[in-house]
Amino acid sequence: MSPQAPLISCEGLAKSFTLHLRGGLVLPVVAGVSFAVQAGECVALGGPSGIGKSSILKAVFGNYGVDQGHIWIRDGERRVDLATAEPRQVIALRRRVIGYVSQFLRVIPRVSALDVVAAAARESGAGEDEARATAEGLLRRLNLPERLWSLPPSTFSGGEQQRVNIAHGLAGRHSILLLDEPTASLDAENSAAVVALIQEKKRARAAILGIFHDAPVREALADRIVDISAFAIGRKPAETARAEAAA
Amino acid sequence: MSQPSYNFAYLDEQTKRMIRRAILKAIAVPGYQVPFASREMPMPYGWGTGGVQVTASIIGPKDVLKVIDQGSDDTTNAVSIRAFFAKVARVAVTTHTHEASIIQTRHRIPEAELTAGQIIVFQVPIPEPLRFLEPRETETRLMHALEDYGPMHVKLYEDIARHGHIATTYAYPVRVAGRYLMDPSPTPKFDNPKMQMSPALQLFGAGREKRIYAIPPYTDVVSLDFEDHPFEVQRFDRPCGLCGAESVYLDEVITDDRGGRLFVCSDTDHCEERRAAGQRGADAVPQAEELR
Amino acid sequence: MQGDEAPLLVAEGVTKYYGERLGCRDVSFEIHPGEVIAVVGESGSGKSTLLSLLSQRLELSSGRVLYRLDGRLRDLSESTEAERRRLQRTDWGFVHQDPREGLRMNVSAGANVGERLMATGWRHYGRIRSTASDWLSRVEIDADRIDDAPKSFSGGMRQRLQIAKNLVTHPRLVFMDEPTGGLDVSVQARLLDLIRALVADLGLAAIIVTHDLAVARLLSHRILVMKDGEVIETGLTDRVLDDPARAYTQLLVSSVLAA
Repeated sequence: MSPQAPLISCEGLAKSFTLHLRGGLVLPVVAGVSFAVQAGECVALGGPSGIGKSSILKAVFGNYGVDQGHIWIRDGERRVDLATAEPRQVIALRRRVIGYVSQFLRVIPRVSALDVVAAAARESGAGEDEARATAEGLLRRLNLPERLWSLPPSTFSGGEQQRVNIAHGLAGRHSILLLDEPTASLDAENSAAVVALIQEKKRARAAILGIFHDAPVREALADRIVDISAFAIGRKPAETARAEAAA
Repeated sequence: MSQPSYNFAYLDEQTKRMIRRAILKAIAVPGYQVPFASREMPMPYGWGTGGVQVTASIIGPKDVLKVIDQGSDDTTNAVSIRAFFAKVARVAVTTHTHEASIIQTRHRIPEAELTAGQIIVFQVPIPEPLRFLEPRETETRLMHALEDYGPMHVKLYEDIARHGHIATTYAYPVRVAGRYLMDPSPTPKFDNPKMQMSPALQLFGAGREKRIYAIPPYTDVVSLDFEDHPFEVQRFDRPCGLCGAESVYLDEVITDDRGGRLFVCSDTDHCEERRAAGQRGADAVPQAEELR
Repeated sequence: MQGDEAPLLVAEGVTKYYGERLGCRDVSFEIHPGEVIAVVGESGSGKSTLLSLLSQRLELSSGRVLYRLDGRLRDLSESTEAERRRLQRTDWGFVHQDPREGLRMNVSAGANVGERLMATGWRHYGRIRSTASDWLSRVEIDADRIDDAPKSFSGGMRQRLQIAKNLVTHPRLVFMDEPTGGLDVSVQARLLDLIRALVADLGLAAIIVTHDLAVARLLSHRILVMKDGEVIETGLTDRVLDDPARAYTQLLVSSVLAA
């Protein structure tokens, strides 16, 4: 495979939701979505709120299914179609290749903030000590007070949880990063810290696909914008948002 | 009234044949409990009916029978059974271990070493060594079949955890010929080593539970233990008060109501033989000649 | 987990009828080393029946269960009772919903944990005891409870003891039947965290039956959703729970009350 081959290549993706609890109502979201992301590139998914950006991002993570199309993920010399991959393959890719920063931190009771981040580093192959050092470094860069490191994040504020979430997503050695509103609920100072971290990942040749509603952040990071409205299927954005919430 | 006539050794020939088959099977699979059709005997369960049936099936007119209970020839049980066989088989009886061809016993193995050609018959109340751990017969049979004996060691572990040592002092479980787990009947663990590589044939009969098992001569019989808590016999800190024998199993005898005690050989024949040979213990009553 | 590793256990068309009544029908899947599968469903879905069939506690009406022994997949119906017992005692674990079913209640915690060791030939009391003690610490039971019987333990402690008892022989596959059922919420959280950590540390494969979707999400990589004896949806756990395709799955997911 040529070293120029994209790390992410979406071809003809189609996604709809079937709401069985509403009499089987079918809500088509997008069709024909095609784009690619190269190493060292940051692509932003653009378009109004509710158009289907989050659904596409989740599909690229394997969290949502797609009705049609391919999601080619490059893993070294091979490529895997995430749309049809076995669950074990998806999990293996998430461990080694694809990192994800979701909009909300899913909190696991009893695990401290530091352990949440260190675990992500260990999953990627780092040893105990290295993982811990990486975790501490990230939390420090994100200005999370040290006194919070040994506490489980369930009692943190939204912004504090989000910073743990980001650290968790960036702690690994992933060549692909998916970012869903990484700076939401962060103030300007912390936003800037996040942007700086992501830029470092870019320089380290990660392929980044993200959703950035914040214009300055988008401008700082995105090399290209792929406007999803071009693929939306005649639905009003608000209805799509409700469909996603109901699913 | 005319005397009732009994078949030789009380049991009918068909029953003896059935029991002999069970015995042969038991000898062929050392330590394995063979079910048999236990008969109604003229003594209740718990009084040695299993042992009596085994003896009755193997005894012949030329045999010499010794019966002991707790090592003694003159306790009620031993006397009754000896009298029973004297009546229904009219065989010679003896109290001397070395003279007997068949020794029926409850709860002890004689101190004198048994020889090839002798048969010792044990009376067994509960033949199943795993019964106290697993009440279901269906399950214990499966455990024996599959050599699933882990739980037995659980019991020994518990003993050590609770008492610092294995607390079982009688009916101490053994492994026969490296295969079956066996209950040696309620003999003291002191006697376990006597079963190992014995030249005699050892037969076990449980009348109420309807099981017969056997240890053929010269068979490996190993008491269960842990590497760091090896099997140990009971030690007595004194010799027999009457004959001075050391390293024998002693009974405690209360001599008066002021707490006076005597420790004597549990095996009465052994004690008598030693005294007849001139051996004396610290508490022996002096013989008439010595007083002069 | 490598994509090309051979499966540890394979279920093919596993079916059970109780006379006319259906227990479960036509269940097929594979599980690989280190993988955790949750089987979820409501009462009567057949999930517990499936677990009993896979773990050889119940006989199949039709279908096969294959397990990798000595590098080869073996049909377990062709193995002997002795082989099955040995499997259940060493290479497999089974955690019951009610810990009393998986423990000897009148025997000390140390003996409970040591039993599998003794059953596989360990004969050194000191080593058995110290191994048992290590495992008690690992499941967060105070080591000085080693001589206490589980009769005196709380429900959560008993469950943790049951887990230790099962894991002491480093099984490759553990079956769990509602491991947190009946426990207080805070106790559940502790137990789930423990299970999560142990499964990851030991690289265990596990099949966990639960009616609690949160347990499935926390512990499992893959999920089987059962209804009326059949698997109606299966896949990556977070995919099935976040983007459910089938009607029943959507119903299940939407029925969970948020705290």
